[in-house]
Amino acid sequence: MEHTHIHAEGEESHGHPHAAIEQTEAPGYYEIMETAVRELLIEKGLIKAGEIRRQLEVLDSRTPALGAKVVARAWVDSDFRQRLLDNGRKACEEEFGISFYDDTELIVLENTPTVHNAIVCTLCSCYPRPLLGLPPDWYKIAPYRSRMVREPRKVLAEFGTHIPDDVALHVTDSTAQVRFLVLPLRPAGTESFTEQQLAALVTRDAMIGVIPVTLENQESVS
Amino acid sequence: MQRTFFEPKASENDVVLYTDEEPSFKPGDHIRVLTRTPVGHYRVPQYLRGKRGVVERVIAPKAVDNEAEGFGHDAGDKGRYYRISVLMRELWNDYSGNEQDALNIEVYQNWLETAG
Repeated sequence: MEHTHIHAEGEESHGHPHAAIEQTEAPGYYEIMETAVRELLIEKGLIKAGEIRRQLEVLDSRTPALGAKVVARAWVDSDFRQRLLDNGRKACEEEFGISFYDDTELIVLENTPTVHNAIVCTLCSCYPRPLLGLPPDWYKIAPYRSRMVREPRKVLAEFGTHIPDDVALHVTDSTAQVRFLVLPLRPAGTESFTEQQLAALVTRDAMIGVIPVTLENQESVS
Repeated sequence: MQRTFFEPKASENDVVLYTDEEPSFKPGDHIRVLTRTPVGHYRVPQYLRGKRGVVERVIAPKAVDNEAEGFGHDAGDKGRYYRISVLMRELWNDYSGNEQDALNIEVYQNWLETAG
């Protein structure tokens, strides 16, 4: 649909045309079911509409920047790194006040010169949401979910990541109680970086394990 | 490198533990994932059924069986999840990467048996 519009003057115009944000298709089966269940729960007083809105607000407030802070701290503070590897959830809660509102545990997988870790959820879209926010779309759809356990090196190569033959690739399929975070290798040449500068290098995809952390993100350091 | 956190402490002071308080498997144990075909909600992917692997760590704390929980059964009845490691070449005959490439996954106790 190529419908475009320009905001009328007086609206918050940002000076370019774009597709109207509107719902054009009838809601699907599960969408209707979700709405019906939600309305019933509210009608029976089991939950309040405000609670759903509040939880959406919490979900949206969590972003990969939180995870990046955790990774950078682990790089500069070996005591914290050890606590993080011993009990990821506890270390994040104690050190950063990051609450695990979905009551999941967190295992942090440390990349080493001989082992590279990557994460997938073949059955659905389990993801460390308290720490990284919502997962990217590619993480949730079938091609990544099925191929990542079948031909992971090929999938990583498509992300531009070539794992050397002498490095073991450990793919974690996240299925139940536990969520996972990859602790990437600290890139060479960052010895003089501050913790904040290091955090700016750490991206979402590096914490899923599909790319390494590189100095390419350095421009974004302010 | 084995981490220690998720392994329960050995009992101290000669305390006798109740049945099932201690995990059935410990890190390093060789296990096999059962070949079962439950109808409905399951948390063990098809590609894992019948495969051999090694216990990497015992996950703490104990938790409910997600499969039973999906049907509202056994609420509050908790057991153990084990993080197991299965070699890619065990999963796929034609796997061509590093021999040590592996798939790690957490599996509930009722899906695991000892493999010699």
